[in-house]
Amino acid sequence: MTEFFTTTNLGILLLTLGQVLAVVVPLLVALAFLLYADRKIWAAVQLRRGPNVVGMFGLLQSFADFIKYAVKEIVYPAGSDKVVFLLAPMVSLVMALIAWAVIPFNDGWVVSDINVAILYVMAVSSLEVYGVIMGGWASNSKYPFLGSLRSAAQMISYEVSLGLIIIGVIITTGSMNFGDIVNAQDGNYGIFSWYWLPHFPMMFLFLISAMAETNRPPFDLPEAESELVAGYQVEYSSTPFLLFMIGEYVAIVLMCALVSLLFLGGWLSPIPGLPDGILWMLGKICFVFFIFSMVKAISPRYRYDQLMRIGWKVFLPMSLVWVVLVSFLAKFELFGGAYARWAIGG
Amino acid sequence: MTIADYAFWLFSICVIVGGFCTVISRNPVHSVLWLIMAFLSAAGLFVLLGAEFVAMLLIIVYVGAVAVLFLFVVMMLDVDFAELKAGMAQYLPLSLLIGAILLMQLGMVFGPWEFSDTAQSLRAAPTPTDTHNTAALGLILYDQYFLLFQLSGLILLVAMIGAIVLTLRHRKDVKRQNVLEQMWRDPADAMELKDVKPGQGL
Repeated sequence: MTEFFTTTNLGILLLTLGQVLAVVVPLLVALAFLLYADRKIWAAVQLRRGPNVVGMFGLLQSFADFIKYAVKEIVYPAGSDKVVFLLAPMVSLVMALIAWAVIPFNDGWVVSDINVAILYVMAVSSLEVYGVIMGGWASNSKYPFLGSLRSAAQMISYEVSLGLIIIGVIITTGSMNFGDIVNAQDGNYGIFSWYWLPHFPMMFLFLISAMAETNRPPFDLPEAESELVAGYQVEYSSTPFLLFMIGEYVAIVLMCALVSLLFLGGWLSPIPGLPDGILWMLGKICFVFFIFSMVKAISPRYRYDQLMRIGWKVFLPMSLVWVVLVSFLAKFELFGGAYARWAIGG
Repeated sequence: MTIADYAFWLFSICVIVGGFCTVISRNPVHSVLWLIMAFLSAAGLFVLLGAEFVAMLLIIVYVGAVAVLFLFVVMMLDVDFAELKAGMAQYLPLSLLIGAILLMQLGMVFGPWEFSDTAQSLRAAPTPTDTHNTAALGLILYDQYFLLFQLSGLILLVAMIGAIVLTLRHRKDVKRQNVLEQMWRDPADAMELKDVKPGQGL
């Protein structure tokens, strides 16, 4: 039986398919409840009750929305490029989903354990911008086009600082594999061995850049409903809109997973002695997602020039200086080798 | 055939189809999209060769940045491509001649090409088996050819500064924001709070 799954073509294909489904299906189901949680947290901050009708406490609201979107009619704008118009939401969702191939949930629990895992995530997230550009262009309308241009510029700008922050983590670990990165954070001091402490300012920079990268409030300028109606999504209805929406949220949860892997120790337990495991990882993802929704609830939207200014003139120099600093600290193994985990074998 | 073989055929066909459609598609935006497909498939071929670092860089740099710029430019251009193609029949002989000459030159270069034995063996095993190719590339770039690498970086920096200097215009008639000045403003200087009695006004 094991021979069938490890040697024959069909076996390997079936095994990989099973692994992919084991990640994607729980992810999409969890997403329905994260969407619900997002709306509930947002409502609670604004002293509203939020979704509370469908199912117990409104728990099934996301599924009701899903059915509502799926049974609606797909409207093609006049003069739109139909193929690209339909391709855009698919690209958006697929690119958001395939990044999960390299995200481990526990030691070794990963679909594809490659040694350039971080680069792969960066590559895939740099492709997500195409869904937005294609959607905006194919709609053949002014608002989506403006929204997509804004969004593309924003996503490219913040990818630069995200990449530089990640380089600091890579230097400290000496590897681009997520398993190695998390295991390098395993130390005698539990929560204080994780990278949030040595990379303290960068964790917040990463969080903010991740919000900008995923077009999340306060940086949701592509959607800015008060000026651009809904940016690149204006002309979309029914299932294509749903795909955009799911793609966006999958990307957000991916960023939460990245923060917990890179800075919060992944599946490691915060208190030395307690067992490590997948529950810690899921808990950390939910915690970071909670921060994302709180930020959405309590902060006003940035103006576009301010967004670009903070990305290029503040975040980029800061992360660049940090890379130089970390390289220096790692080279000379200062602070007891906290920045050179490969050297002290931690 | 293993799965890697099937993947090789899939990626190769995609590269060729993508490249071909880049040339023949009428809409320039579609051309760029086909080009992106060719890039992605080429990255897949790199992965099959065991050069995963180069593959990821190809996607991040070419697909994630360069092709986005292409797409930006092509989408913003309002060029009538039918008009550009109008003189096609007129220029066809000249372009065919240039093509034929280029093909002949390539044939002259690659016809008598001989591979040395060292090159063949190096190609068969590009990286030592015990190092990742990320580490191998790092050793070559930052240890072996450190000076050349830094010099090429310097050249790029100079080129970038040159481009910025060429396009920099200081316009005097535009109102600009000084962000630091705005942030350091004291609210007490700018506004006054008054307790207004209901029904009376100020």
